[in-house]
Parts: sequence; C-alpha cells; structure tokens
Amino acid sequence: MGAEGFQRLSKVRLPAALWLALALSPLFLPTYWVIILTEILIMALFALGFNLLLGFTGLLSFGQAGFFGTGAYAAALLLEHGPPSLLLALACGGLSAALAALVVGYLCVRRDEIYFAMLTLGFGMMLFTVAHNWREVTGGSDGLPVFSVPPLEVIFWEWSLFSPTVMYLFTLITVTAGTLFLWRVVHSPFGLMLASIRENKERLAFAGGPVRSLRLAAFVIAGLVSGVAGALFCLFNHMATPDIMHWSFSARPVLMTILGGAGVFLGPALGAALFFILEHFITDVTESWMFFLGCVLVPVVVFFPRGVLGTLLHRLEKGGRA
Amino acid sequence: MEIFVLNLLNGLSWGMLLFLIAVGLTTVFGVLGVLNFAHGSLFMLGAYLCMQAMRIFPSFWLGLLVGPLCVAVLAAIIERWLLRPVYGRDITFQLLLTFSILLVLDDGVRLVWGPGYHVVDPPALLAGTFPLFDHSYPVYKVFLVILGSATGLALWFFFQRTRWGRIIRAAASDREMAEGVGIRVPLLYNGVFAFGAWLAALGGALASPQQSIGPSMGERIIIESFIVVVSGGMGSFPGAFLGALVLGLLESFGAVFAGRFQMALPFILLATVLLARPRGLFGKEA
Repeated sequence: MGAEGFQRLSKVRLPAALWLALALSPLFLPTYWVIILTEILIMALFALGFNLLLGFTGLLSFGQAGFFGTGAYAAALLLEHGPPSLLLALACGGLSAALAALVVGYLCVRRDEIYFAMLTLGFGMMLFTVAHNWREVTGGSDGLPVFSVPPLEVIFWEWSLFSPTVMYLFTLITVTAGTLFLWRVVHSPFGLMLASIRENKERLAFAGGPVRSLRLAAFVIAGLVSGVAGALFCLFNHMATPDIMHWSFSARPVLMTILGGAGVFLGPALGAALFFILEHFITDVTESWMFFLGCVLVPVVVFFPRGVLGTLLHRLEKGGRA
Repeated sequence: MEIFVLNLLNGLSWGMLLFLIAVGLTTVFGVLGVLNFAHGSLFMLGAYLCMQAMRIFPSFWLGLLVGPLCVAVLAAIIERWLLRPVYGRDITFQLLLTFSILLVLDDGVRLVWGPGYHVVDPPALLAGTFPLFDHSYPVYKVFLVILGSATGLALWFFFQRTRWGRIIRAAASDREMAEGVGIRVPLLYNGVFAFGAWLAALGGALASPQQSIGPSMGERIIIESFIVVVSGGMGSFPGAFLGALVLGLLESFGAVFAGRFQMALPFILLATVLLARPRGLFGKEA
C-alpha cells in the first residue's frame, strides 16, 4: 500500500469504521464496559479540545480542568435551578466555560511556552479555589449533586439517561458532534493561522497576523469544548465536584495527548482510551495508581517523542514510503 | 499596631519558606531552562526525610542536616538519568517528565509513610513562646524569619561575590558562551539542580515543626511559588525574594482584612502584575 492510500485509509475509512463499532458496542459489551466507554468518550472530547491548544496552536495549557469543572458546575446549577433541558445544560456548560476562558485567556496569552503553562495552571487553580470555598453556591468540598436528570427527548420519544446505554449513546452523539466541530476548526483558514502560530509566530506577526487574538480565540474554543465535556461528565456522574477542577485533573488531557500523540488529530482520543485501560489494570493490582502511572510515563516521555500513536504512525508511514 | 506586628511576623515567616522554594525553582529555570513541577514534592520529601532522620537520631538539627542532603543526592540522580535525555526537547516533555516525578514522589511518600499526617516537635531551644503584647508568640516563627533572612543574604553573597555564583550567573545568561570559556556545563547543571532541590528540602525540613507533614504539603507551596516566580520575573533572584515576601504578607494580612476573599489574593496579585508588566517585576525583556 502506498503512502497516499494509507493516508486515505487512516483519514476517512478507519475513523468511520471505529465510529460504527463504538455505536454498536452496547449490543455486545457488558454494562460495566459501556460505562467505562462513556467515561473514555467524555475524556476523549476533553483531550481533543485541549489538543487544539497544544497540538495545533503550540500552547501548553495546564489549567484546562478549570474550564471542564466550570462546565460541570454550570450544568449542575442549571439543572437544579433552571429548566430541565439536556441541550440547555450542555450549552450552558459550554458557554460559561468559554466565558471563563475568555477572561483567563486574556491574561494568559500575553506570555508563551512555560509562562503560559504556569499562568493557566495558576488561574485554573483559582477556579478550583472558587468551587472549593464558595460553599453556598457550589457545596464546597462535598460537591453539587444533581438529583433530577431530565430524559433525552427526540421528537416524541423519551429515554431516561439513568440507563447506561442511553447515557452512552447520548455521550457518543455529543462527542461526535464536538469532534467534527474541532475537525472543521482545525481544517479551516483559522486553523491554518493557528498552525502558523505554532510553527513561527514572529513571522505571522510580521505578516500582520493578530497573534494574540488568534490565540485567545483558540483558548476560548478549547474552553468551550472542555466545558461541554465537563457538562457531560456532570450528567454522567449526577454531580459536580471540586476535584475535577484541580490541577492534577488538568494533567489528564496533557498525559492523554502525549500518550496518544499531539500531532495526530485523533491521537488524544486514543490516549484517553490507553489511559483508562492502564488505570483499570493498575488499580486492579494496587491502590497506588499514581505511583505506577508516573513509572509508566517516564519511559513514554523519554522514548516515545511523538506519543504512542504518533510514533507508530510515523513508523508505518516510513514503511509505506520504502 | 498589635495586629500589624503579629501579621508582619506571620507573613514574613511564611514568605521566607516561600522564598527558599522559589529561589531554587527560579535558579534551576534560569540555568537549566527546566521548570520543575516536582519542586514542591522535593520540599515535601525534605520534611519527611527530616522526620525520618529524627526517628533514627533524635535531634532536629541532625534531621535538618541529613534530610535535605539526601534529597540533594536524589535530585542529582534525577537530573543525570531522567532530565538529561529531554534537554532540547519540547517543553511539554520536560513538564510531563517532572510531573511524572511528582506523581511518583507524592504517591511514593504515601506508600512509605502512609496517607496520614505527622507532627515534628521543634527543638527544645525554640519550642516555647514569648509574650508579645497580650499574646504569646511562638519562638520558632521568629527563628524562621531570622534564618530565612540570613539564608537570603548568604545566597545573595554566594551569587554575587563567589566564583561559583559567578559561574552560575554566567551560565544562566548565556549557556553557549559559558561552555566556550571552559565551564563544564553538564556538571554545572547537575550541581545547580541538586542545589535547588537542597534549598527546597531545607524549606520543607524547616516547615515541618510548624505545619503537619502530609502527602499534599508540596501542592500548596508549588502553586504559590509559581505565582512568586512569575510575578517576580523568572530567573530573577531579587524577584523571587520580593515576590515571596509580598505574597507571604498579602496572605497573612489578607486573612484578617479580606476574610474568605483571602484565597483569591495570590491570583489577583498575579493578574495585576501581568497586566502592568507581563515579564514580571524583575524579569528581563523576552
């Protein structure tokens, strides 16, 4: 198979087949794995949104959990006090996270590289502090439970999200929509501008490109996607807790993206799956999952400079050319 | 007046600990170009090892000597075998690597010493309190302020006046040039990383009689020391000093005047500095 044929396969047919397998999986997977798969999909969307910054704009955000959590809390608050609508909850989660990202991003895009990472980390922790300490609104460290999740309504059918399969399919559809949206963004002229920031921001600035506003726009979009993922997570867990805003949670999309490969569009999604499978097997054996995660990550970082999927694809492509 | 003096002392004693962490973080960044996420974990490890040393030889002073030295040796090993392969790679990899080290250290501490909190008694000499206005104030906090200022002065002297300090500053300002004039840069990197770790661990050991020792003690201080070094200017010694003191004072006075709003003060400081002077108070032009 030539390199071109391989690329076509990996760009269209492979994801389509994968999606079909995912959509049909509740038919043959046990419920337990359907629930795990739901969580993987939510985290995959979170990681894909994060990768718009890291892989496509060259910005490492270490505070993405702040927006994920903002989305989760916004959805929880809306479901408790507002109209019972799933779509509204998702939209509310996404928009409030985007708003938070606009404010935080305005401050953070002033610096790059390491400073950007530290600033996003700091301001992400600020959002965590708010969730953790503003007891009256967020329930503090106990979190904010969601007692009534509205059913999924399509025309005149109604399904309760308490069924794991319905929750899974609802998640799959939302995550697919989010992924297609990100795919569109990355392949638009705007996405190309972002790539040019990653490659050489000075040159773009000399050519008259508004580097700061473009970065801010990417940050807001990533925040929006993180917020939608957070709102889904809240529906999935029936609760929003402050620990999903902590910086150790911000590290998850970073780890997933590096595991999967930042240079491949679906790399972070594969990374999310790898991460959960790893967590599943390690926690079966020992409680010190973080300890072993660290032990696994060190060699991955040192020996797989493109991430696991990235390194494998690179090998395959080189093989295809030969 | 009374409240003022008490909070001044509280703020300075926390600020001095912050300074010990921040100065190591900022020096390692200035010379090696690596931001060490695990720096807070080295602080924590310093406290644990000091406690462990005190169980073997029952003296706080010996613990203060042995604990940080062990951490420095560990840091030298980490630099040689883990960090060295990722120099020159994308910063994401460096951050992830130090983050992985943080995971291993934080969870490793839990494996060895358990998830609970531990208490270390201050040495008998500094255990008491002394009357200050109508309150009794712990001697140990005053000791921290004095020791912190002395360390600050000693470090300033080291960086400005000694041969090794000059070498470190030279390497920080231009690595290639330093290599060109015959400085053994790999050895220097190793030494600087171990030295930064030693300072962090010293801070941890010094903090141990004052706060309980637990697996999460590195977390608060690493976030705050990030705020210190970014607002002071990355790689800047006076920036780290001023930033640490300002943050320490802001928090202690904030606890009195701002109530629950106090938690937001460090971030407001950071945002203000960024808006007014994005490169930090003492930062060089990027």
